[in-house]
Amino acid sequence: MELGPIWRAILRNKGSYLLIALQIAVTMAIMVNAIAIMQERTTKMARPSGTDEDNIITLSSIPFAPDVDVRSMIDEDLAMLRSMAGVRDAFASNSFPLRGGGWSMGLATEPGAGHDGIGTAIYFSDEHAIETFGTSLIDGRNFAHDEISWNDEAVNKWPATGIITSALARELFPDEQGTVVGKTVFINENDPVKIVGILDRLQAPWDGWDHIENAMLVPQRLDNEYMRYLIRTEPGARDALIPLIEEALAKNKDRIIEDVRTMNEVRERSYTGDAAMIKMLSFIVILLTAITGLGIVGLASFSVSRRTRQIGVRRALGATRPAILRYFMIENFIVSSVGILAGGIFAVALNIFMVQAFSLTPLAWYVVPIAMIILWLVGQVAVAGPARRASAISPAIATRSI
Amino acid sequence: MFRYYLRLGLLSIRANPALSALMVAAIAIGIGACMTIVTIHYIMSGNPIPEKSDQLFHVRVDSWDPNEAYDEPNEPPEQLTYLDATALYAAGRAARQVISFLSSRVIEPEDEGAKPFQRETRATTHEFFTMFNVPFKYGAPWDRTADETLERVVVINDKLNQTLFGGADSSGRMLMLTGEPYRIVGVLDEWSPVPLFYDLNNGEYGDPAPVFLPFSVAVAGEHGRWGNTNCWKPIGDGGMPAFLASECVWIQMWAELHSDAERQSYLQFLDAYVSEQKTLGRFPRAMNNRLDDVQAWLTYNEVVDDDVGVLLGLALLFLVVCLLNTIGLLLAKVMRRAKDISLRRALGASKATLFGQYIVEAGMIGLAGGLLGILMTWLGLRGIENLFSAYDFVAKLVRMDWVMVLTAVLLAILSALAAALYPTWRASNVTPATQLRIQ
Repeated sequence: MELGPIWRAILRNKGSYLLIALQIAVTMAIMVNAIAIMQERTTKMARPSGTDEDNIITLSSIPFAPDVDVRSMIDEDLAMLRSMAGVRDAFASNSFPLRGGGWSMGLATEPGAGHDGIGTAIYFSDEHAIETFGTSLIDGRNFAHDEISWNDEAVNKWPATGIITSALARELFPDEQGTVVGKTVFINENDPVKIVGILDRLQAPWDGWDHIENAMLVPQRLDNEYMRYLIRTEPGARDALIPLIEEALAKNKDRIIEDVRTMNEVRERSYTGDAAMIKMLSFIVILLTAITGLGIVGLASFSVSRRTRQIGVRRALGATRPAILRYFMIENFIVSSVGILAGGIFAVALNIFMVQAFSLTPLAWYVVPIAMIILWLVGQVAVAGPARRASAISPAIATRSI
Repeated sequence: MFRYYLRLGLLSIRANPALSALMVAAIAIGIGACMTIVTIHYIMSGNPIPEKSDQLFHVRVDSWDPNEAYDEPNEPPEQLTYLDATALYAAGRAARQVISFLSSRVIEPEDEGAKPFQRETRATTHEFFTMFNVPFKYGAPWDRTADETLERVVVINDKLNQTLFGGADSSGRMLMLTGEPYRIVGVLDEWSPVPLFYDLNNGEYGDPAPVFLPFSVAVAGEHGRWGNTNCWKPIGDGGMPAFLASECVWIQMWAELHSDAERQSYLQFLDAYVSEQKTLGRFPRAMNNRLDDVQAWLTYNEVVDDDVGVLLGLALLFLVVCLLNTIGLLLAKVMRRAKDISLRRALGASKATLFGQYIVEAGMIGLAGGLLGILMTWLGLRGIENLFSAYDFVAKLVRMDWVMVLTAVLLAILSALAAALYPTWRASNVTPATQLRIQ
């Protein structure tokens, strides 16, 4: 191999090569960190909410007439919704996963003040909640119909039973090998709640919350202005049902219906920022790779045209076309490698800085070799064109004087 | 001479159209990416009320749990309990003071056919408008008497006035809010501070609520709370009165203080208030009261999103790549013309002359890149607006003002010079003798 001569030729023209190596190094640093962030966001967005997202419609019902009987209005609405063709089940709650607003409380395994509670989202529910969300009970039982009560504004007392997610059960009782069903936890310092059921999964309403997998259903219904209806439809029936539901609910003029959204739309809204971040970063990475690639093409073209006579001389002295091609490819490989190695160090340093400054997840080790391979390939593809042109230079060029 | 260099530069640029285009595009894209993020960062970290941001103070007193700080390290809660907010307000020790919370009402238009709709409402006290320099189009704020006598009055914004009354002066007319009649006393002019500093609980970049009504009326009418309510102690039985007497925090308070002396004396007043409450068995934590002016409050709340910081860093590095790319190409181009340069040097051109010539050529590339970069910035901002189309607030963050256009031009010129300097220096330092030999 002609590594020695190529290396010495590079050293004679350090400036240009150093610039391209530096450019590759910075490109690498950006690429690695962008990929790491995209990966973090993709993982975050891929977490299931625990609901049958494709078949759920959500809406807000806001009573405003002076003497409206909210409780019977909710009962009539739900009875009507559940009887509609294509509706699988429906219930009214204060919130739902990915909504971005809701109610949270702390649960403790002992009563009294001063115990660090474990945070959980609260969903006010009835016996239709589990079926409507589309989550499944993995242990224990559902609420019974006569267990459900209306909240009483005058009494600040929590219901005596609750259904919690398996993640919350593990966090409350980390050492429990057997069932958690039947155990008692304390809410609001002293109110006991007996756990009667465990849900496979149901997320809290806030996508950025540390305790997103913690949720508790309580057998109580609210009659205040924060009511949201959830309606689960049979597969495929959702879109046709939306206008029918709106029309049916609009008959009652004592309240207004707002924010009619499918659960898919709710998810999209919730993760808008993360989805946008992924798109912006992919755009940056693609542009960056293109610019660096085109820069390599440009530099290699200049280099070839500057060395036209030398190439002619080498050809005249017996160098084959593949030998010329190889020369430029190897030259690029050496320069790229210097840039990529420096870039690897730079990328890790930048990641350490960003993890500290912006509390990101540290990058996975394999992102670095992936970016290395991408940049090596980009370099080789970019240099291939000019290198082919160089190898096509005729030996006769050597005989010309300029 | 300058015009001659311009012509030479143009000729040289035209001789390599593809490469010149690549150089211009690289600078343009680098500046576009950078300025897009810089613009958003600039708006997000802007001062929402520059004329008096150092006179407005967010009030915090530490009424929290004895076992655990509201937020580490030992930060008092961001909002006040009803007990404290109303007591501090009634004391009236600051030049002006305002308490408020976010709620909502259903608006019933007069027009029979029009459907009722829900809007956010801000329940606040009469000095809100003078304290935050809120401009009025018609009418005026309500007065102290209205607060004290629970008079049902409202101030609505221009947009809602357009929807309901076609933009006419509606002051004096009635408005039905959730089944109750309110008298409109004023209509606001266009007003939307960015960030929405006076209440950071409900989206830092949202629009102000379109309806303002007296705090006392909202509390008496038990209007729902749309912001955060945080409690460390269980609420007693007894509905709303029990809630109002609880240790739950849900009200924001601001005080207007005109000098450091006023600030000191207000802090002393807060300490005295807390000491007094301690004798009543409240405020179990150590004395820990805070007054933050607008900028300090925005900094404490970290209103600039972390993602914007990350993108800003990456965009700056992106610009570096684009510049390195251009430097490399310019250098290669110059080195290829080493022979021309040598000839001109041999014929008597000075280093300064050659430097002038090549800096003009590089400057043209930079200027073209910069101008195109402003267009790219505009496109970038439209792209981001599109990505966040589900949220109205984004429109406020993607506006280019003249400061940002000037910054873009300046950045373009600096980038072009930075890119041109090294290649030009190399060009003017070509030694004629080595180049003019026949190779």
